[in-house]
Amino acid sequence: MGDVLELTAVQAHGAMSAGELDAGEYAEAWQGAAAGDELNAYLWRNEDGDGAAIAVERPCVAPIAVKDIFCTEGVPTTAGSRILEGYRPPYTSTAVRRLIEAGAPILGKTNMDEFAMGSSNENSAYGPVLNPWDRGRVPGGSSGGSAAVVAGGLAPWAIGTDTGGSIRQPAALCGIVGLKPTYGAISRYGMIAFASSLDQCGPLTRDVSDAALLLAILQGADPCDSTSVGLEQAPRLPDREDLSGLRFAVPSDLTDHVFDAGVREVFEATLETIEALGGEVGEVSLPHAEHGISAYYVIAPAEASSNLARYDGVRYGMRAGGEGDLIEMYERTRAEGFGAEVKRRIMLGTYALSSGYYEAYYGQAQKVRTKIAADFSTAFGEFDFVVTPTSPSVAFGLGEKTADPLAMYLNDFFTVPMSLAGIPAISIPAGLAEPSGGGPQLPVGFQIAAPAFGEQKLLEAAYALEQAIGFDARPQGVRGG
Amino acid sequence: MIEREQVLHVAKLARLGLSDAEVETMAGELSGILEHVDRISALELDDVPPTSHVVELENVLRADVPHESLAQDVALASAPDPVDGAFRVPSPQAE
Repeated sequence: MGDVLELTAVQAHGAMSAGELDAGEYAEAWQGAAAGDELNAYLWRNEDGDGAAIAVERPCVAPIAVKDIFCTEGVPTTAGSRILEGYRPPYTSTAVRRLIEAGAPILGKTNMDEFAMGSSNENSAYGPVLNPWDRGRVPGGSSGGSAAVVAGGLAPWAIGTDTGGSIRQPAALCGIVGLKPTYGAISRYGMIAFASSLDQCGPLTRDVSDAALLLAILQGADPCDSTSVGLEQAPRLPDREDLSGLRFAVPSDLTDHVFDAGVREVFEATLETIEALGGEVGEVSLPHAEHGISAYYVIAPAEASSNLARYDGVRYGMRAGGEGDLIEMYERTRAEGFGAEVKRRIMLGTYALSSGYYEAYYGQAQKVRTKIAADFSTAFGEFDFVVTPTSPSVAFGLGEKTADPLAMYLNDFFTVPMSLAGIPAISIPAGLAEPSGGGPQLPVGFQIAAPAFGEQKLLEAAYALEQAIGFDARPQGVRGG
Repeated sequence: MIEREQVLHVAKLARLGLSDAEVETMAGELSGILEHVDRISALELDDVPPTSHVVELENVLRADVPHESLAQDVALASAPDPVDGAFRVPSPQAE
């Protein structure tokens, strides 16, 4: 067998099942690769027995990198925040437990925007992750570490979380596949909460087949998360070769907005590929989708301000020193423990929920959410899928958008509507484009969204399209690149 | 437009200490974000029901059976100041 790190997770799984690949040696090879992290993508790596409490007895599935938002027993879990520095949870999240039970060794915990708030990974308390395609650029966020390890050859696959685009956008900016499943498909138990009505775990993988296998391992109802329902059937590996009879809708209310010329070119070429595969492409109106950002940046901070109330320096995490009463201790701990973006969102959410503003902001945003979900329902009456670019631009430079929070939020323009509607959406690499400011070409993601619990159909269509696109570019210096 | 006084009031509600510089920046940034958010206030949505959750589930119940929970020492292991099986905190009322 050649370079085992070249195998996809599905191929490796097949080879291990057939006895052609030694699972222990394969996992060690990946540990070695992970140790070469120069991207600041791992916050912790599973070495020297430090991960004893989450050890896999008999590995038989490809080892995996886990976003540092998933609680892992005895293993550092920071959510990218100073306030949880040194925290080792007493229990393991359901998603990670399912991976361990399936036989997938945990390679390490990946860097992320603090509490999953961000689109560039620059909000991590532990420094930004670098994009493997260009280390002067961001990998996207908030699951930037998980995207960078897969694209950078530091892990075969990874899990992340997506609240408004945090799996799909970094997958797009790093040239890999990212899937946000239907809300409720995977348990949120032990996943540190940001916005509970939106947070969803999902795969970041090299290809669509790996995403299907990982979803099959992760999905399912869980008594520990009463909002988890699982999928009706565990996903199968996709094998569809054409798109005949399938109807793809372009939501002009979104795609008429200005975005990078290079991204538009790749998007339009992908629509032609869909037609060449026998799919139909039409236009649809999602009249409220363009208000997604406004609604999202009320709802998500509102839920976050409530969820993050638990970080008070009493039960776990850091406590700030100094004199004073209990309230002053809370205020100092939160002032020292949280970064600028988290403070901004707590303030925004608290404001939106405060007396006198609740109806105007939170109430109105929830109504917009109803309308956006209804827009999608109408569209799915006529079409099988809704397609958009995943991100308005390719990977941008480190520091380029940090001074303007609103500009950063607009990165989520194409991904937030699906999150608000709770429907599944996948980003696949569709080509390369030059950044608007010039420079070497970078990956562009193509987003496909489907009705709730339509994961199998979504994976089949994404697979057929992936085969036809044949995206095989890799960052310089990564094996084969 | 968010004024300095409002920032201080909200920070107090959120139990979040802010430096003078942070109060200034926060006032400007929140105003900018809320100006964008305000676009939805013009939408006519009086008759639209709000969505707080997309999964239609109601009263998810489980059997009322006792089961093991975290041991006291495990639950206290991550606490900044555990004492005698409890979480010690500064006095709620300053001297």
